[in-house]
Amino acid sequence: MALALIIALPFLGVILPLLAERLGRSACATAAAVAPLLGLVLLMQQRAPVFAGEVVLSKYSWLPELGINLSLRLDGLGFLFALLILGIGLLVILYARYYLSKSEPAGRFYAFLLLFMGAMLGVVLSENLLLMLMFWELTSLSSFLLISFWNSRSDARKGARMALAVTGGGGLALLAGILLIGQIAGSFELSQVLASGDAIRAHELYPLALILVLLGIFTKSAQFPFHFWLPHAMAAPTPVSAYLHSATMVKAGVFLLARLYPALAGSEWWFYLVSITGLTTLLVGAGMALFQHDLKGLLAYSTISHLGLITLLFGLDTRLAAVAAVFHIINHATFKASLFMAAGIIDHETGSRDMRRINGMWKYMPHTALLAMVAASAMAGVPLLNGFLSKEMFFTETLNQHLLGSFSWVIPAGATLAGVFSVAYSLRFIHDVFFNGEPVNLPHYPPHEPPRYMKVPVEVLVFLCLLVGIVPAYTVAPLLAVAASATLGGPLPEYSLSIWHGFNLPLLMSVIALIGGILVYTFRQPLFRWYAGLPQLDAKLVFENAVQGVVAAARWCTQLLENGSLQRYLALMLLASLAVVTVALGPLSSLQGPQALGPVDVVTGLSMGMLALSALITVVFHRRRLVALLMLSVVGLLVALAFVRFSAPDLALTQLSVEMVTMVLLMLALFFLPPTTPGESSSLRGLRDFILAGGFGTLVALLVYAVLTRPYETIADYFIANSVPGGGGTNVVNVILVDFRGFDTLGEISVLAIAGMGIYALLGGLQLFQPKQDADGHAWARDRHPLILATLSRLLLPLALLISAFIFLRGHNLPGGGFIAGLITSIALILQYVANGVQWTRSRLALNYHQLAGVGVLVAGVTGLASWIFGYPFLTTTFGHFHIPLVGEIELASAMLFDLGVYLTVIGATLLILANLGKLTQDDPAKEVH
Amino acid sequence: MEALFAATLGILTASGVYLLLRARTFPVVMGLILLSYAVNLFLFAMGRLKTGMPAVIGRSAEYADPLPQALVLTAIVIGFAMTAFILVLALRGLGELKTDHVDGKEPR
Repeated sequence: MALALIIALPFLGVILPLLAERLGRSACATAAAVAPLLGLVLLMQQRAPVFAGEVVLSKYSWLPELGINLSLRLDGLGFLFALLILGIGLLVILYARYYLSKSEPAGRFYAFLLLFMGAMLGVVLSENLLLMLMFWELTSLSSFLLISFWNSRSDARKGARMALAVTGGGGLALLAGILLIGQIAGSFELSQVLASGDAIRAHELYPLALILVLLGIFTKSAQFPFHFWLPHAMAAPTPVSAYLHSATMVKAGVFLLARLYPALAGSEWWFYLVSITGLTTLLVGAGMALFQHDLKGLLAYSTISHLGLITLLFGLDTRLAAVAAVFHIINHATFKASLFMAAGIIDHETGSRDMRRINGMWKYMPHTALLAMVAASAMAGVPLLNGFLSKEMFFTETLNQHLLGSFSWVIPAGATLAGVFSVAYSLRFIHDVFFNGEPVNLPHYPPHEPPRYMKVPVEVLVFLCLLVGIVPAYTVAPLLAVAASATLGGPLPEYSLSIWHGFNLPLLMSVIALIGGILVYTFRQPLFRWYAGLPQLDAKLVFENAVQGVVAAARWCTQLLENGSLQRYLALMLLASLAVVTVALGPLSSLQGPQALGPVDVVTGLSMGMLALSALITVVFHRRRLVALLMLSVVGLLVALAFVRFSAPDLALTQLSVEMVTMVLLMLALFFLPPTTPGESSSLRGLRDFILAGGFGTLVALLVYAVLTRPYETIADYFIANSVPGGGGTNVVNVILVDFRGFDTLGEISVLAIAGMGIYALLGGLQLFQPKQDADGHAWARDRHPLILATLSRLLLPLALLISAFIFLRGHNLPGGGFIAGLITSIALILQYVANGVQWTRSRLALNYHQLAGVGVLVAGVTGLASWIFGYPFLTTTFGHFHIPLVGEIELASAMLFDLGVYLTVIGATLLILANLGKLTQDDPAKEVH
Repeated sequence: MEALFAATLGILTASGVYLLLRARTFPVVMGLILLSYAVNLFLFAMGRLKTGMPAVIGRSAEYADPLPQALVLTAIVIGFAMTAFILVLALRGLGELKTDHVDGKEPR
């Protein structure tokens, strides 16, 4: 519970600074600090079991079928990182209070910061790897928001986008890697994954999984060649850099290296990939840092270099090297955070970050200068500071490996070279900024010390650097021991944290680095000139070009497929479905199944032939639309007959009545549309469509034949068996509609009503050209409403209504029901419109079709809800037999009420469509039909 | 019988698909109607072709499969709603764009 709360607190706390924003920056910062402070207290309460070497687990099921659980884990490693995240987070909150100006939205800043903090805590405290990945991606997203905090600046937006693209892309690779590991280990829970390290390393997919996971780690931790996003992320406000790029975001990568160390490390693959990447990054970062004139740029490349160092240590694959790596994570976080903060102070007070302009600051801000110099010395690895200790351990470990055979000396040599550069750029940070003459052309002159409390976070961190550097055994040793043993997943090797180990090779390397660094710095001017002569490679430009290239390719691809031609889309879709079905039918050994074929009688054979023929005639005459329409109605009628023939009376009735409504609708539409279709398809397109249609027809015919000649199992026996005892009706089709599958039907009548409304909206305000004569130039008949039709239709109306009532009532037991009765009523009413005109009918039939459709859905829905009152699930039906005088025994089912809803919806929707379309044909714009 | 039915359905589908690929709205709507006939018959046929045994309890010894029938019944009604919607969309297109070409503009 406590673990979940530690993660949840920052997320919950997001709201506080937003609320407190109006009360000023101090209140805002205080509000932001509440959640991390509480989190820190909770974390400290868990101290005892963690330092006893226990693993605190808490587990909640989420999607156990997929292996996703809300399971959390706190061990030494997680404790160390949570401490860094919360502790440095609090210092950054204090620092940002003074860094942000009054006009900047502090509430939003702190909200983003807390969001990021919560995500980071989630990463380090997750037991489930998929859960961890979710938080991992959340750190990418929230860091995007933080880096682009000054979103009016283009470099901030571009830098943020680059960081998101690189780390987010790496996250995808990581997801794939984790899924593989989960498959191999049989679980996504860390405890099990860490325990099955041997199985993972022995698996044939291990190299692939390792590479994918390392891609995620290297992009996040800015390892070469993915390091380029980090310097551009320096466009963020400095508190963000101090937080993200010292202790948290970039450390998430090395955290995962440590976390998965027992599961993945210990193979040749691991060694070559991790150590060589680390060594390259170490050298590239250290070298590049020297040539940066931007204060934060120097720190950014130095961060890359130190991350490379940590990665190299993990790659060296001795247990002691892993301890050194964990130690350096702690040390780097403290000195780098304080250096970023100091750089921010200098930027804040001078208005510049260019080291060629910022000189001689010692005179203007001695206090800050002292703090920065101590921190920079720690970065250089000067004795009595924490950086020295881990660097000594690092040098020792580079000497203790023999991984490259006769070339093993390359690693310590590279490490020493990086040490030389490291001393040189640290020296530059100290000498160039605080001494080296007078400031040049500063925006803010003269600079002065920052507000008192802005220096407090720096002081705290620098104090820690000194404390750890002087008395390591009494300060950092227990934390390091517990974190390192959690990393290794076993007992710790022997090591000593003392400052003096006697005269040995690592000390010599340190001395070489120190002297070499001073020499390099002294002769920096020729080096700078040489560097200026190199071809400049702007990562931002390259990245933007790559992005533009991808966008252009995507656009080209889109335009190829989506050129605005419906015909092409349809052809492509049909082709695709053709291919899919063909592939699916492929494995069939024979087309004909074992089932014997039924006999063909003459009438059926003739009707089938007519059906096919009229479909073909529809196509042949499709340019003469009226003829085609007539043939289409023949097809519809024959389909109804086919339903009759094959034991589906309900379908036949429905098909017949729908056919009529559809034909009226199409006739109405044809009044406005051109009477003929121009012959405009090219021969080639005609051929293409012919082949597609032929192919599709053939495939469907084969499919139907293959299915019909094979036996099948139906689930309908249940419905047939339970129709009378369970549903109280003998017409199984109707009982299925209103009872067994009532929920489906409810959805379907809702769709019907929505379609009616949609059509009503589409017709609103539509003005169409109304031809005065038909295609051959004949004027329309002057007799608008023929007398015989008008008279007959009025006579027919009560009769038709009676029939629809009959069909409705018998529906539960015999073919009929709400759908069919509704359609019959609709047809009877439409006939009145056709025979007598819209106005005449409207004035006599005061029905609101919107309401009718709505009431229908409501009746059906409420009938379903009513079963709740009696304690049954939604849409449970009941029925009973009643004796009514004169009529006799009658059976009533609550499903009938549901069917009434169906009936009303069908009438409402159908007439809503037709009456409104018919209204358009009125010469004078009649009033809307509701 | 099965072979005849399959062939008829094939022709019905082919006719529908061919009309669906035309360039004007009205033939497309007609194609859609033909195709929905074919699809309805196809779904219906998945319950196999039975003669003289409607799914009304007590009327015959065996019954045709009522489940595809129930599905197809609603499909017919929904198919009507869809046809009406597409048709009105075509009319709206004609009113707004002054053409009944499916791409909303006369071919150049």
